[in-house]
Amino acid sequence: MKKLGSRLLAGPYVLWMVLFTIIPLCLILYNAFTNIDGGFTLDNVAAITDYVNAKPLFLSLGMSLVVTLACFLLSFPLALVLSKYSKNKNSIIVMVFILPMWMNFMLRTLAWRLILLNNGFLNRGLDILGFDPVYLMNTKAAIILGTAYDYFPFMLLPIYNALVKIDKDVINAAKDLGATSFIILKRVILPLSLPGIVSGITMVFVPSMSEFVIADMLGGGKVYLIGNAIEQAFNSGYADVHLGSGLSLSLMGLIIISMVIYKFFDRGEGGHGLW
Amino acid sequence: MQKKIISFKAVSVLTAAVLLFASCGRSAEEKAANQIIVFNYGDYIDRDILGQFEEETGIKVVYEEFLTPEAMYTKYKNGTVKYDLVCCSDYMVDKMIKDKEVKEIDYASMEHIGNIGDTYWKISESFDPGHKYTVPYFWGTVGILYNTTMMDKVPDSWNDLWDKQYKNNIIMQNSVRDSFVPPLVLDGCSINTKDEASLRKALDALEEQKDLVQSYLVDEVRDDMVNEQAAMAVIYSGEASLASEYNEDLEYIVPKEGTNMWMDSWIIPESGRNYNGAVKFLDFLCREDIAQKNFDYVYYSTPNEAVLDGIDEEEKEEDTAIFPEDDVLERCEMFTYLGPETEELYNRLWKELKVY
Amino acid sequence: MVKGVKKAAERVYMVLILMLLYIPIAILIVSSFNASEKNKAVWGGFTLRAYKDLIGDETVMGALYNTLLLAGGASLIATVLGTLVCIGMINMRKRSKSLIMGVTQIPLLNSDIVTGIALMLLFTRVADLSFATMLIAHVTFIIPYVVLSVYPKVLQMNLSTYEAALDLGASHFYAMWKVVVPEIMPGILSGFLLAFTMSLDDFSVTYFTKAPGLNTMSTMINAEYRKGIQTEIYALSTIVFVVVLMVLFVINRRSEKANKLSEESEAAL
Repeated sequence: MKKLGSRLLAGPYVLWMVLFTIIPLCLILYNAFTNIDGGFTLDNVAAITDYVNAKPLFLSLGMSLVVTLACFLLSFPLALVLSKYSKNKNSIIVMVFILPMWMNFMLRTLAWRLILLNNGFLNRGLDILGFDPVYLMNTKAAIILGTAYDYFPFMLLPIYNALVKIDKDVINAAKDLGATSFIILKRVILPLSLPGIVSGITMVFVPSMSEFVIADMLGGGKVYLIGNAIEQAFNSGYADVHLGSGLSLSLMGLIIISMVIYKFFDRGEGGHGLW
Repeated sequence: MQKKIISFKAVSVLTAAVLLFASCGRSAEEKAANQIIVFNYGDYIDRDILGQFEEETGIKVVYEEFLTPEAMYTKYKNGTVKYDLVCCSDYMVDKMIKDKEVKEIDYASMEHIGNIGDTYWKISESFDPGHKYTVPYFWGTVGILYNTTMMDKVPDSWNDLWDKQYKNNIIMQNSVRDSFVPPLVLDGCSINTKDEASLRKALDALEEQKDLVQSYLVDEVRDDMVNEQAAMAVIYSGEASLASEYNEDLEYIVPKEGTNMWMDSWIIPESGRNYNGAVKFLDFLCREDIAQKNFDYVYYSTPNEAVLDGIDEEEKEEDTAIFPEDDVLERCEMFTYLGPETEELYNRLWKELKVY
Repeated sequence: MVKGVKKAAERVYMVLILMLLYIPIAILIVSSFNASEKNKAVWGGFTLRAYKDLIGDETVMGALYNTLLLAGGASLIATVLGTLVCIGMINMRKRSKSLIMGVTQIPLLNSDIVTGIALMLLFTRVADLSFATMLIAHVTFIIPYVVLSVYPKVLQMNLSTYEAALDLGASHFYAMWKVVVPEIMPGILSGFLLAFTMSLDDFSVTYFTKAPGLNTMSTMINAEYRKGIQTEIYALSTIVFVVVLMVLFVINRRSEKANKLSEESEAAL
């Protein structure tokens, strides 16, 4: 027994995950397939095909795709530039871009409320400049803005980390072989930064898929997402734990399917941490 | 040998985890004797009086808020928290009494219960016949709060909420039963109708209106109106009078077609662990000085006559939102609990409105 | 010439994004000093009242305290458990390893709302909601971040130093503490930091598992902002911002020092 790492060290973790991840998931499964009297039913899982649930699900899917895409398009060029300027993720310049991550999530969303309210900062600014007001508050656009803002650092950081690790010599070699900047980007940088992109996309897509508070704060109750549907099932007064569990299961299913499709295209190893 | 160690460790960690749980459970039991868990609407009590109660009785008040009666009921039903006292609206209280979820209140041991006026006991009869289970807290009406500078006319009817001129300038209540009041009243239906066709018709009206509505809110309505975000809002009378204190352009009206009159009451749920503490707290709330303090903060219509007697007639005449005239009250109807089927139907319609 | 243009474009882009990122925060901070009671977008004079109120406000201060205690405690537990499992995985068969890594992915791929609800369903069956259950919930959803940060470092580790330490007579524990832990320390630290960040930022999981009367910053803000203009919350954001800024500055200083040290030692070699 000279080798490092007794397997016993994994014990507490495994126990923890069984108690607080696997068992709770089994409870969701159990609730999803039973009704209030405890009998077996498929109704709660089938409920997702009902338009009052399907519509929010697809709305969430669409909106989180837009958010993810926006975050990616904004952060990839930025990460490229940053990786040129600084090789160290703890440097001031990188820190400055991810600092908002440490402002509380609610505060960040509240800030957008202040900006977007009908007579909020945005419209005051437009008024002063002599433009017509725009009414973004309580629309899908407001929610997309707020969500993208909230999750932006979670896309930027993993991409930056992946870019920094790319060996300069590889890029120089490509240059010497006569590749144009575009070809280098497409054939060298993009594939090599893929693990970072994968975890960035996961970090943004999954949470925005189930978002319900941002929709609450910036949507004024007019935009109804799958997260709201689930939350309401648990808050609707006739204690619908079963419907809520069924919807949760459907949401999980959709996320897993998207991840599988996406891993299929990606074929990289993925699973790189955020840091 | 190795296996034995594994199982030994596993057992010890498991025991530790179970102990952790057990200890939360036990300490909760112990604490229960010396604390009460109070569940109330948002911003619906003067927090200072909680401290005063703790000082006077040595009973700690754990205070928690909810947004809508439906949310309260789910949390209560979940059973994760053993609430000792809940404050909620008529129809939800009605439901909980019918479901046998509440304990009888020992009025005899309450020194100050006499401060609650007879009128209000009579109003409570509709959900607590023979009053056994409730102590009235505040009451009021549902109406329209409007900003005089943002409107060309004085609204007097629920119909004004469908006026296209005020598109994106209307705030509705984000609460199932309340949101159905305007279309039901306009249609001449009882707000307690169980008729699916009438409710569907009301939903159609609300769907048609959704395009004009700026937002569906609950507690935020007051602030958004003070802040001049919208011209009109469906609002509770108490919130309305508070709002007009912050912004003098705001006026409250009860539409001519009639409206909902509500009564929020305290109940002691079956799950509570500290009955005596809960009764003591209720008595404390009825005491004149405390009721006065609380009234000054919350500023809703109070059923406490000791407080009412101290308010001069002039103030009562001025603030018609919380001191409504009798003819207004004649136009009002109270909510009752509609039974599980209609409740489920309401839920369904509400969702349809939300995804519309 | 072309290079100059490119560089300018890069700079402009960076500044634009910075503005997008910081304008909302600046607005929060400015609002905290605005005396206007109605609309924070209209300047009503300078005041420090919000800061005075904030200090005396038990709701806000209590939430701040709970948040820090919860995030600190949860990320500490998560770091210990997560680091142990990473070391424990070294000698596992491939199947067990991928099983553990698979389970680790669950809370990541599960949205927060599902994690929160699942835990709530568990807690309703076995215990009252309390600080302990909130702690358990937080540990559960932040633990994967620790594992994913530490595991790569464990894989990169040179196993022979540990064996050498044992050969030289060190006990298992001593060798682990003195040889292994320092080597994977960067992973442990970043795992801890990430776990801490996630816990601080969480709303959904806390929302479903929170004990009565206990609020974190997120749930407190979610309840309070509805009740009216809460200048205190804006004041709170100024304070959070300043604290974060200071912490980052310190981290930056220390890591610069560490970089210099490692460069020097490399040069010496």
